Amino acid sequence: MNSFTDLFDTYNWNETKASIYAKTPADVEQALSSSKRTLEDFKALVSPAAAPYLEQMAQISQQLTQKRFGKVLQMYVPLYLSNECNNICTYCGFSYDNKVKRKTLSMMEVMQEVAAIKEMGYEHVLLVTGEDNVNVHVDYFKKVLQLIRPHFAHISMEIQPMDEEDYAQLIPFGLNTILVYQETYHQEDYKKHHPKGKKSNFKYRVETPDRLGKANIHKMGLGVLIGLEDWRTDCFFTALHLNYLEKKYWQSKYSLSFPRLRPYSGGLEPKVEMNDRELVQLICAYRLFNEEVELSISTRESPAFRNNIIKLGITSISAGSKTNPGGYTVAPESLEQFEISDERSPAEISRLIAAQGYEAVWKDWDNCLA
Amino acid sequence: MLKIADKTFSSRLFTGTGKFSSAALMEEALLASGSELVTVALKRVDVRNNENDDLLIRLKYPHINLLPNTSGVRNAKEAVFAAQLAREALETNWIKLEIHPDPKYLMPDPIETLKATEELARLGFIVLPYIHADPVLCKRLEDAGTAAVMPLGSPIGSNKGLKTIDFLEIIISQSNVPVIVDAGIGSPSDAARAMEIGADAVLVNTAIAVSANPTSMAAAFKMAVAAGRMAFEAKLALPVSHAVASSPLTAFLDE
Repeated sequence: MNSFTDLFDTYNWNETKASIYAKTPADVEQALSSSKRTLEDFKALVSPAAAPYLEQMAQISQQLTQKRFGKVLQMYVPLYLSNECNNICTYCGFSYDNKVKRKTLSMMEVMQEVAAIKEMGYEHVLLVTGEDNVNVHVDYFKKVLQLIRPHFAHISMEIQPMDEEDYAQLIPFGLNTILVYQETYHQEDYKKHHPKGKKSNFKYRVETPDRLGKANIHKMGLGVLIGLEDWRTDCFFTALHLNYLEKKYWQSKYSLSFPRLRPYSGGLEPKVEMNDRELVQLICAYRLFNEEVELSISTRESPAFRNNIIKLGITSISAGSKTNPGGYTVAPESLEQFEISDERSPAEISRLIAAQGYEAVWKDWDNCLA
Repeated sequence: MLKIADKTFSSRLFTGTGKFSSAALMEEALLASGSELVTVALKRVDVRNNENDDLLIRLKYPHINLLPNTSGVRNAKEAVFAAQLAREALETNWIKLEIHPDPKYLMPDPIETLKATEELARLGFIVLPYIHADPVLCKRLEDAGTAAVMPLGSPIGSNKGLKTIDFLEIIISQSNVPVIVDAGIGSPSDAARAMEIGADAVLVNTAIAVSANPTSMAAAFKMAVAAGRMAFEAKLALPVSHAVASSPLTAFLDE
């Protein structure tokens, strides 16, 4: 198998969806009692039939997560470098057709933002951009990485998909992790939501993790944007993708995110709503399916939800986030990607974590490691 | 007393520092364990400003020796670099060598581990490598100058106990260096069993850190390790599956 496409093409969206909705309580019970869960078990765990088993799922999820990761949560924060973007994405504040002034941070501005982030205590940072291959390209990223590497223990990036050689070039500059979300695995809908720009190429995006694996990236993050399509089916394909990648690129680590569509001015209303109960079901299903994968939650979620999710299976959490370039100090009023929901400070979140019998971990990597 | 390289230990329970719900609880549990050798992941501590590191501060006791580990490295070259950094930052030439290129099951790479052990021993490190329960690899590591071997009992963090016991017994019977059973020990009875079969020490982390009461669990492990060792030294009676009442096969010799 050359890439995920070869496997993905053997699946049909509607049939997959129907098979998830056909799962029965007996399938769920079988999945719960198994010690090594399969993709079919995952389907049962995300199906409507699993809803009455949520407490049981949560208890197993908590136990498995503690065994693997301990009673700790990794703290991270995004640093938006740019909101320039040539793609049209119907759900995103940075969409090309959103006619608002754009900004890309200069090196001086990057350092001012870094200072503000370090002040909050962070050692793990996530660099975020839109997709502007003219101004925000490999050379820009190299400069930024070189500049900030001495200040962080771990650097992740959520940027436009690139070629294998580009990733291979960035890794020696201190890149540890790439997050690349498929948004949706529904090909026709993907085209509707991404009508213009390089991102409209479904195949190039869905094969990005393969290119990352070939570049021997330390860690990659996957996920779909929940709200675009049936979440159960989309998350099944995420699990399928993860399963494929883990076996093929066995030296890389993996993380999953499950962002729910958030409002921005003039943006899209979710086609599919996912309530809190369903999000908990998804988190637990991911954990029961894969004991080793990191699960990450952002400030998109509400304070009340985040307060209660800490012990249920997630392993990393952001706090005090800004979703606009310069948001921490340089240009607080610049265009943001989405409205955050939990505005509490990292110190507050850290105290909240401690109050629940967990420890907030700020550093769990070192820039001396590859 | 257990002797490894130039150090002697009265406790045969080695411990880890990860997965605890707070640094204070870790400190309390490690004190209850009586452990004198405590491993610390280099990636978790602030090596440049280690005087103020909240984890290291908790380990400043005269009886606690630090054992930095290389968790996170994927090959021998990275491991040697990390060991050198640890030596400089933590002022110890002891290193727990962990090379697991597979981040899912954290399986140790025997080839890179052997290479790194040769290089680190040459550079004057006291090397304690985390390895599969592979008797031949243990002998090769001895030749390479290892100070001890740390075979796994079962997959790390799995709490599954001594799944590799047959191989551990071979390793123990052949070894000229201390054998420390690392990884997979889930309960005090597992630790006691490892000591009964003649392991020189055990390393326990997850089973203590993730228990509902880490301090009590640490104390339980302390007692189990001491009991297991005492039983080993007292020479366990061999298990007998049936009584030997008569000698049907050899009785003719007495006729």
